Order: sequence, then structure tokens, then C-alpha cells
Amino acid sequence: MTSPTSTITLPRIGILGAGHVGPAIGRVAIEAGYPVSIAGSGDPAKIALITQILVPGAKADWPAQVAAEADIVILAIPLHKFSTFDPSLVAGKVVVDLMNYWAPIDGTQQLFEDPRYGSSEIIQRHLSGSRVVKSFNHAGYHEIEAERRPAGSPDRLALGVAGDDREAVELVAALVENIGYDAVLLDSLHEGRILEPGGPVFGASLTKEQFAQVLTEKTAA
Amino acid sequence: MNDSPSLRTGFPLTFGLDTFGDVHSDENGTLKSHAQTIRNIVEQGVLADSVGIDFFGIGEHHTDDYPLSAGDLVLSAIAAQTRKIHLGSAVTVLSSDDPVRVFQRYSTLNALSSGRAEVILGRGSSIDSFPLFGYDLSDYEVLFEEKSELFAELLRGKPVTWTGTTRAALKDQDVVPHLEAEPFPTWIGVGGSPQSVVRAARHGYNLILAIIGGSPARFQPFSNLYLEALEHFERPAQPIGVHSMGHVAATDEQAQEEFWPRYLAVMKHVSKTRGFAIPTRESFKHEIGPHGSIYVGSPETVARKIAANLRVLHASRFQLKFGMTGLAHTAVMNNIELYGTKVIPLVREILGSES
Ligand SMILES: NC(=O)c1ccc[n+]([C@@H]2O[C@H](COP(=O)([O-])OP(=O)(O)OC[C@H]3O[C@@H](n4cnc5c(N)ncnc54)[C@H](OP(=O)(O)O)[C@@H]3O)[C@@H](O)[C@H]2O)c1
Repeated sequence: MTSPTSTITLPRIGILGAGHVGPAIGRVAIEAGYPVSIAGSGDPAKIALITQILVPGAKADWPAQVAAEADIVILAIPLHKFSTFDPSLVAGKVVVDLMNYWAPIDGTQQLFEDPRYGSSEIIQRHLSGSRVVKSFNHAGYHEIEAERRPAGSPDRLALGVAGDDREAVELVAALVENIGYDAVLLDSLHEGRILEPGGPVFGASLTKEQFAQVLTEKTAA
Repeated sequence: MNDSPSLRTGFPLTFGLDTFGDVHSDENGTLKSHAQTIRNIVEQGVLADSVGIDFFGIGEHHTDDYPLSAGDLVLSAIAAQTRKIHLGSAVTVLSSDDPVRVFQRYSTLNALSSGRAEVILGRGSSIDSFPLFGYDLSDYEVLFEEKSELFAELLRGKPVTWTGTTRAALKDQDVVPHLEAEPFPTWIGVGGSPQSVVRAARHGYNLILAIIGGSPARFQPFSNLYLEALEHFERPAQPIGVHSMGHVAATDEQAQEEFWPRYLAVMKHVSKTRGFAIPTRESFKHEIGPHGSIYVGSPETVARKIAANLRVLHASRFQLKFGMTGLAHTAVMNNIELYGTKVIPLVREILGSES
């Protein structure tokens, strides 16, 4: 939606996961001018057709290659596959966690059953060599393309961006803005729990003002 | 872009109704029993046949508000009272069923109805059947892949040899009852998984796009992916269908007035189990508008929206998920009648005049 205004090359986005969510994000990232690579769990030949038609312009590759080349890795694999995910693949990277844990849908997973922590905090603990940012999880992947709006549009929606590392958060916030959403920054992954299923933001289409309102109400409560 | 769907894929337009076995209410708003709900569905299927609807589908569910766990039995009761309408699942949760049993049940239905059975296979977005039958949700991908492969083998109508990890192997196994002629039409229902689209093409299944939220046009790349994948696997063209929910009444106002409170009640319940925000009147208005996925309104409104989306999605089949839980039985019967006598002819007229 927003075309890149300068000649600076934008960071490379590496998407791990070519299911419902991965290609939907890849598609809008490409249209925002980002170089994009994408992987499923293995041989890129398996996702060649999907990449060609759903994410035209993206490069399909092996997961290790996609992760190694990326500046921002988007982890879009099913949460139940995370326990077998190799953290060294994304060491040193900014990792966007858009995964959700909701037991009635995903089945109970012990790893995420600790009420003290949000799912992204648990992901961060496992990916200790990466800088994890929680975002995109509360929007419907099926609406991410249609709901984009240019900056300044009165009906432009907001996406939360939460993380412990300021620089990583800003990198992801820029991605959110360039795709066509207002970024609402949250100070830590712990704060990012407000974006989770069952919370006031999940599945609600909110503008920046409505989002701020929700945050104020939450702090007041 | 303005190809009529039948031009693009060469298939005639067909129109269906789908139910999940939603429990309806009497005139005082009291919910009916499961038993009465099931008997009413037979009545609905018979009415659908009499007003010229092409397909009637029952979705497998195992919950108090959707008690249609054995839809094929209900379909065979409808088959006994009808002549023309095709009858099928919408969907069969194949991942938690045995493909051999599914084939046997629908081959039996096909015999009873003289060739009117159809099956729509789903991976299982409604997950109630997994714990019930002892399956682990994290296995849904391998379950569906293996079982859809075996089902494709069974549809060939010859003795089957198959090995996999999710059921006992078969060696030269004759599975009865035999098909009389052609295999019954079998579709894969897809909610947004590109793997499932490619899988449908690879095994030679028709495709149904289940569009239950957001903009229907967003699914156009999925139709393109399916058509490309068919070519890639060197398969002949196969039809694409669309499944979405809605409600038809005499006027837009009446349809909205009847549907909205029922929809809100159901979504409140779903929101709780899924963890997402409850829809607002505003978001509902968007969903029933041209860029949303719900078909609520007068015959004219609904017909225009169906025609527009069939065209965009290169689809030749539309299946309306009718009869939202809690609607009055009379409103549901009225919807069926209007869909058959007004909506379908109008869509045919709109698309026919473009070709
Ligand atoms: N923001 C949103 O809108 C939204 C909405 C729904 C879900 N989600 C979250 O997004 C996540 C993904 O869900 P989905 O529905 O897209 O899943 P999905 O359709 O099942 O697809 C999963 C994808 O991940 C790949 N994969 C699995 N393990 C992998 C690995 N170790 N490395 C690389 N790729 C791997 C799979 O590849 P193979 O096919 O090769 O196995 C497949 O392409 C979930 O955690 C979910 O909670 C977000």
C-alpha cells in the first residue's frame, strides 16, 4: 500500500511457515517493498506453486537459508511445532512472534501453561539468542490485505508491537507502518500479553485511538 | 474478469444449502430438542428439493447446539422423499473418521438416492470430534493428508492397497458397496490453508472455499492456485465452490432484524471459546456489505452478492449456510423458499446475461 519512498533497501523478511498465515504476511510485505523469502518445514519445491501464486516476488527456500538471510524472521508455524524448533536457526535475529496459544483451539500444551508469562515471553526464553517481538497475532490473517490503509486515513487500523528490545521493536513497527497499519508500541513482551486471545484487542479491529482507549481502561482497571 | 464462471471453468452453475444442524426455536423463542431439530432438517431438505435447489449439505458437529453427528442418516431420510436434489456432507471431518467407513456410508447413500450423493472433506476447523474419538489435534495435518489420499484411492472403485501411519494397511481390499457408475463428486473444503488447496488438486478433488470472515475477493488467489495446481498435476479442470453463511427474507430490513440477534448470540458463544472480540453492529454491517462474507438481505441483495463473488472466484457452485441457531423455524423455511424461487433464478439471470 505504502510505496517505499526512498532508495534505502528495506530489511529482508524471512518467513518460516507457508500455511494460512505466512503467505498472507509475505504478500503484503512484498507490496510494501520488502524483499521476502519464505519456507515451509523442508524442501522449497513443496511450496513453489504456493509461493509463485500467493506471494509473487518472494523467494522460496529451505528454512535454514531463509532464516540465515533474513533481517527480520517471522515465525508463522503452528505453536505445537515450536517445541521441536531449533533456536540456533534464528540466533542473532529479530524474530516476530505472531503465534497464539489458546487451549480450546490448540489443545493443552504444557510449555505454555504458565499463567505468569505470556506465550511470547516463553518463546523469548527458548530463543534466548534472538530478540523477540510480538505483533500481527491479534489481526485476522484473512483481513490483513483488505484492511490496509495509507498513513493518515481515518479508518486505518492499529497493530500492537511489543518487545523488550527497543531497536527490534522499532524495526517491526516500521514494517507494520509500511504495510498499512498504525503501530502501537508496548514497552515489553510482558505488556504484550494484552494482545493475546481472550484479551480486549484480539480479533477486534481497532484504530489507534480505540487501541489507546483500551490500554487506558486496562491500566485503570 | 467478466467471464461468467461457467465460461471460465466450463461447469454449470449449481446452488446448495448447508446446515450444521443448528437448533431452532418455536414462535415463543423456545429452543427445540435435538430429536425435533433432526426431524425438521428432513423437512428442510424436502422443501429445498421442491423449490429447485441443487444440493443440500449437512456439516458434521458433535455439540449441544449442533447435534448433527450422524448427518448421513438424515441425508438418507431426505433421499427417500426426494428425486432431484444432491445430498452430501458439508463437511465430513475426515481427519477423525475412517475413510473406509466414510466411503461405505456415502456409497450406500449414493445407491439409495440413485447417484445423488456428494462428499465434502474437511481437515477439521471444528475440533469437537478430535477429543471425542481420541485423536490429538497436533496430528491434524498428517491425519488429513493420509486419509484424503486413501479416500481418493477408494473413489477409484477398485480393490485398494494402501499403507500409512494413521490406520491399518489395506491389501487388495474390496470395499463395498461398489459404485454403480461414476464416483460421487468429492470436494475438499478449505478455509485458508494453501496446502489443502494444492492437496485437493493433487488428489483430483473439487474445491470448496469456506469463506466465513473478511473479504471474499481475497480468496481469488486460492482459486488461481487451485487452477494452476490442477494444470501442474496434469488433471482436467474441476469445479470450484463457495460456502458462506447468510439469511434471506422479503426485505433487507427483515432479514437483518431476524438474523442479527441470532448471529450476535452465536458469536458471543464462539468468541468465548475462541478468545476473540465480540462483533459489533458496525462490524456486522461490514460483513453483510459488498466487502464482507455474510449474505443477509432481500433476494435481490443476496443474489447480487452471490453473482459478484462467484465471478471473482471463478466458482460455479454456491452453498449458503442457512438457518443460524435460534432462528424461528418459520423464518428458516421462508429463507429456503426464497433462496430456491427468487435468489437462484436471479443469480442465473445476472451471470447468464454476462456470458
Ligand atoms: N495473526 C493471525 O492472523 C493468525 C491467525 C491464525 C493463526 N495465527 C498463528 O500463526 C501460526 C501459524 O498458523 P497457520 O494456521 O498458518 O499454520 P498452518 O496452516 O498449519 O501452516 C504451518 C506452516 O508452518 C510450516 N512449518 C512447520 N514447522 C516448521 C518449521 N520447523 N520450520 C519452518 N516451517 C515450519 C508448515 O510447513 P509444512 O507444511 O512443510 O509442515 C506450514 O507451512 C499459529 O501459531 C497461529 O497461532 C496467527
